[in-house]
Amino acid sequence: MKGVFLIAACASVLAVFLICVFLFANGLPAMGKIGPLKFLFGTEWRPTNDKFGILPMIVASIYVTAGAILIGVPIALFTSVFMARYCPKKIYKPLKSGIELMAGVPSIVYGYFGLVLLVPLIRQLFGGTGSSMLAACILLGIMILPTIIGVTESAVRSVPESYYEGSLALGATKERSIFFVMLPAAKSGILAGVVLGIGRAIGETMAVIMVAGNQPRMPKGLLQGVRTMTANIVTEMGYASGLHREALIATGVVLFVFILIINLSLSLLNRRAENAN
Amino acid sequence: MQTNVSVTADPAAETTMKKRNTLTIGDQLKSYAKHPGAGVLAFLTLLGAVTTFALLFFLIGYVLVKGIPYLNASLFSFTYTSENVSLLPSLINTLIMTLVSLVIAAPVGIFAAIFLVEYAKKGSRFVKLIRITAETLSGIPSIVYGLFGMLFFVTALHWGMSLLSGALTMVIMVLPLIMRTAEEALKSVPDSYREASFGLGAGKLRTIFTIVLPSAVPGILAGVILAIGRVVGETAALLYTSGTVAAVPNSLMGSGRTLALHMYVLSSEGLHVNQASATAVVILAFVLVINGLSGLVARKIAKG
Repeated sequence: MKGVFLIAACASVLAVFLICVFLFANGLPAMGKIGPLKFLFGTEWRPTNDKFGILPMIVASIYVTAGAILIGVPIALFTSVFMARYCPKKIYKPLKSGIELMAGVPSIVYGYFGLVLLVPLIRQLFGGTGSSMLAACILLGIMILPTIIGVTESAVRSVPESYYEGSLALGATKERSIFFVMLPAAKSGILAGVVLGIGRAIGETMAVIMVAGNQPRMPKGLLQGVRTMTANIVTEMGYASGLHREALIATGVVLFVFILIINLSLSLLNRRAENAN
Repeated sequence: MQTNVSVTADPAAETTMKKRNTLTIGDQLKSYAKHPGAGVLAFLTLLGAVTTFALLFFLIGYVLVKGIPYLNASLFSFTYTSENVSLLPSLINTLIMTLVSLVIAAPVGIFAAIFLVEYAKKGSRFVKLIRITAETLSGIPSIVYGLFGMLFFVTALHWGMSLLSGALTMVIMVLPLIMRTAEEALKSVPDSYREASFGLGAGKLRTIFTIVLPSAVPGILAGVILAIGRVVGETAALLYTSGTVAAVPNSLMGSGRTLALHMYVLSSEGLHVNQASATAVVILAFVLVINGLSGLVARKIAKG
């Protein structure tokens, strides 16, 4: 029986190995054929003319993620401080399950919400089509809230109570003690939450496709449509063939490398947070 | 000791002490007037929390209000036609997909957790490798799983777009979740249980299956329920693995769309937006039930 358990334990190792092999084996040749520099830094994506430059998508993914972080992190940070330090005991449990529910809502439902509410709203307020980078930033900002709140709240909770009491005893107000003593002490945990949020935002696909407009060109402004790497794969994979299809898989490889870098920095941060405690 | 003190103390003196030790809202406001910076921070904290929960309520309320009027019997008819975009076939596909992926993922995940907790040497290189790969898996976005499923199950194994290809892609996706929750559940079973079982002459396997696993069931179940939620809501990983045929296939080797895919296709075609709204309600209902269940199970764990 021990052998059976051992084989089951190897499943995750095997899965990661297979994913790496199949993605790289199918994506890297295309990069070679197009030319790695032309592929990564080309600004034109015109599959019909054999032009495969994904720089617009890389830039769009980074912009949209940055926007989501700008919107999501402050709200998440204040909410987690509220949950950890201010929330009355009676309403804590319902609020906590509310955040869990928020994490459980599928991205397609968020996308639908953005499509029927956010996009028309932006169209009315600012003009244009509404399907824009702004819509994607706001929607992703909302979607990463539960992820960041969960990690940040436990980081704030793991700061020893004596820090807070010591600060109060020195005459600081409650707010000064929390924001200038406890939050700096929880720094690496909070940063880990933000990095986790970045990973969620950059990998999000369905919600972004429904609100971002998906035009494959360099991002020009908040109200213009953009296409992220994830959207590029899904919108064109259905009918792509030959080099076009391989270029889409190569886009997936680039995304995968981004995610691996984010994962690596996350585990480094977690190690630092553990050492700090 | 505590009770003795409060019984002997003068009740009147006790209430004055309590009053002195608790801040009323008025005191708090006065202190904010003295320290405006603190007041601003407190206000922002409250504002952040209100924003988060208002967004959640608004999202759920909006989806329900938009969709419930369009929920009608014809949406649940057995066949899908281009006039009547019934969601029943996708609902059945969702159930099949969830069942097949969990039947595979749950045993593999639980067995892996048993290996990590009961057999493996703590801190050995192999265990570290398993941990790192499981962490990597849980950070991979669903579209990358979708690409892999398409390249491996659909193309390399020649299974075509089918429920089986989709389900196996889901297995890899939920595996780290089940592994981690099962591992925590097994770890929280006290060692005294194992020692008592060994002391009575039971072997290792018997101890695991009759003593350790049954005590860890609630924790494992909570993880499995979360995994169900992931499968029900998944879209990007299934689009190019299970395909988007709107019927219940004859076998697992046939293509079929799940509810979330059904909703994506409807809203991206733009012809049946109302039916997409109704589908959103059904998906949300699933999510609410699943979350409620996992909450119940978690409470059961807390009670012991």
